[in-house]
Amino acid sequence: MRPASAAAGLVIVAALAAVPLVVRREDILNFLFLVLLSIALAQSWNVIAGYAGQVNLGHAAFFGLGALVTRVLWIAGTPVVIGMIAGALVAVAFALLIGWAAFRLRGAYFAIGTLALSEIFRITVGNTLAEISTLPQTTIATYRLANRYWLALALAVLAIAAVAALARSRLGLGMQAIREDEDAAGATGVDALRLKLIALVCSTALAGLVGGCFAYYHISFYPSHLFSPGWTFDAVLMTFIGGVGTLHGPVLGAIFYVFFKEYLAIRWVDFHLLIFGALFVAIVLLLPGGLVEAMGKLRGLLESAAFTPDRRRPRPEHR
Amino acid sequence: MTIVLQQLVLGVLIGGLYGLAAAGLSLIFGVMKVLNVAHGELIMLGGYGAFWLFALSGLDPFAALVVVIPVALVGGAILYWGLFGWVVRYHEETRIKNSLLIGFGLGLALHAAAVQLWTADERSITTAYAGSVLDVGGVSLPVVRLASLVIAFVLIGGLHLLLNHWRWGRAIRATADDWEAALMTGIDVRRAYLIAFAIGTALAGAAGTLVSVGYSISPSIGLEWTLKALIVVVLAGLGSMLGTFAGGLILGVAEACSAMVFGGPYREVVGLVIFLVVLVARPQGLFAK
Repeated sequence: MRPASAAAGLVIVAALAAVPLVVRREDILNFLFLVLLSIALAQSWNVIAGYAGQVNLGHAAFFGLGALVTRVLWIAGTPVVIGMIAGALVAVAFALLIGWAAFRLRGAYFAIGTLALSEIFRITVGNTLAEISTLPQTTIATYRLANRYWLALALAVLAIAAVAALARSRLGLGMQAIREDEDAAGATGVDALRLKLIALVCSTALAGLVGGCFAYYHISFYPSHLFSPGWTFDAVLMTFIGGVGTLHGPVLGAIFYVFFKEYLAIRWVDFHLLIFGALFVAIVLLLPGGLVEAMGKLRGLLESAAFTPDRRRPRPEHR
Repeated sequence: MTIVLQQLVLGVLIGGLYGLAAAGLSLIFGVMKVLNVAHGELIMLGGYGAFWLFALSGLDPFAALVVVIPVALVGGAILYWGLFGWVVRYHEETRIKNSLLIGFGLGLALHAAAVQLWTADERSITTAYAGSVLDVGGVSLPVVRLASLVIAFVLIGGLHLLLNHWRWGRAIRATADDWEAALMTGIDVRRAYLIAFAIGTALAGAAGTLVSVGYSISPSIGLEWTLKALIVVVLAGLGSMLGTFAGGLILGVAEACSAMVFGGPYREVVGLVIFLVVLVARPQGLFAK
């Protein structure tokens, strides 16, 4: 990362961290919390799908496991951070189980395997834990939104930093090689199975932490909601709209997505899924780099209009 | 004993629909290497088609098949031209991945559109004969579901004949075996893809019609039916439509057994667990021929 952008990042994080001290309106804090949590969720999906090229259609399973474990441990009196780490470990354990089985095969097996896993959890948890989960009165009395906000900010920073570090590391380059062509990557000495599993561990550990943060934030929910396919939809849509396989894409995508989701939800429930579903298909077909690619193209156009050499970056090919 | 038999019979009856739902998915995946995870949403649309034909014009749901199937054929062709035909220029792995993504987005959009248009309520078609039951030795057979099973079998049998005797049916099978060799013998591979996709979509429409009459539909049944179809394809493998039908019956019976052992709420889980077990136990590939 260039020093200038690192400095800009620090300033932005510091400014965001100061928000709860200045802003007293809960609706604004809630909105920013959702944006930050979504950035971390999208970035976690981006690791496995964007960098390693393995489409995970059951991300909700790992979000949900992290959330459920955290919720149970936290309400039982464990410090929330310990609960979140435990939740992330449980998510990773199941991820390794499915990854070990599915990654030896190519193609759709991983996508369908994760989809099946998340549905198994959704149905089983819905049956065994049918009661709504509500925080105890004592916890509600001392509930402070700012704490949740700072935790989500920390997670978003962690996720972005992890992807930034991964993108330029040897590991990350190996993952991208697998994404482009697994056979060619194998021929150049990349241990594809190992790298795919490492990507999956990073991705699902982050997803588990994000789930834990949600369990810490939300006052009451049905446990099966934690495994709702909606979490997977959100992660996939945000990442693709912003730009899959890029560092900035999921951040832009999450801001754009949460803003329009909240805006549309005022009038029509779930209407955003119609718009974003169609937008997503258009992006997959026509603009695989998402908003990041669109902005790059726009910049290229402006620069060539100003008679400077065209230095458009190569189009990210994740297909 | 009669209760057990009754449950098994009901399992077979719904299993026929699982087979029909899977046949379209299996045909499309086998021929094009395109995995349309919006298949369940297409089934849902077929169900709503039959439901509205019945509600607005009183058309019998079984007669509605004559309308739903041709409309779904055309709809499938449009989906192929507009969306899925775009991915066939990639090699197999990329094709599967991109078609998964397109199907994912399409499914979301169709689900949301159905909620907007028709609300999230569950609906089913209640005909005058909906309550009729055949009694065979203490086991009752709902007439509507029995008819659905028979129609599902006839449709799959018809598809089997088409694939074996029709000119384009044989072209589709050749393309599924080896598209490059098929191309060299002069087969228009893209046309074969188009026809396979249209037929697969029509089968989804037919399955949806039968679901709406014997069971119930709502905008959110899509994912569930996609998973059922995937499980059956995994159980049955690719290449044989009659095998797919048998796979559907097996899933239906397996669900009925698990519902008896573990209780009704878990009947959805058994298929998914079978699926994961096959995934672990058969590393040579699920979609083996």
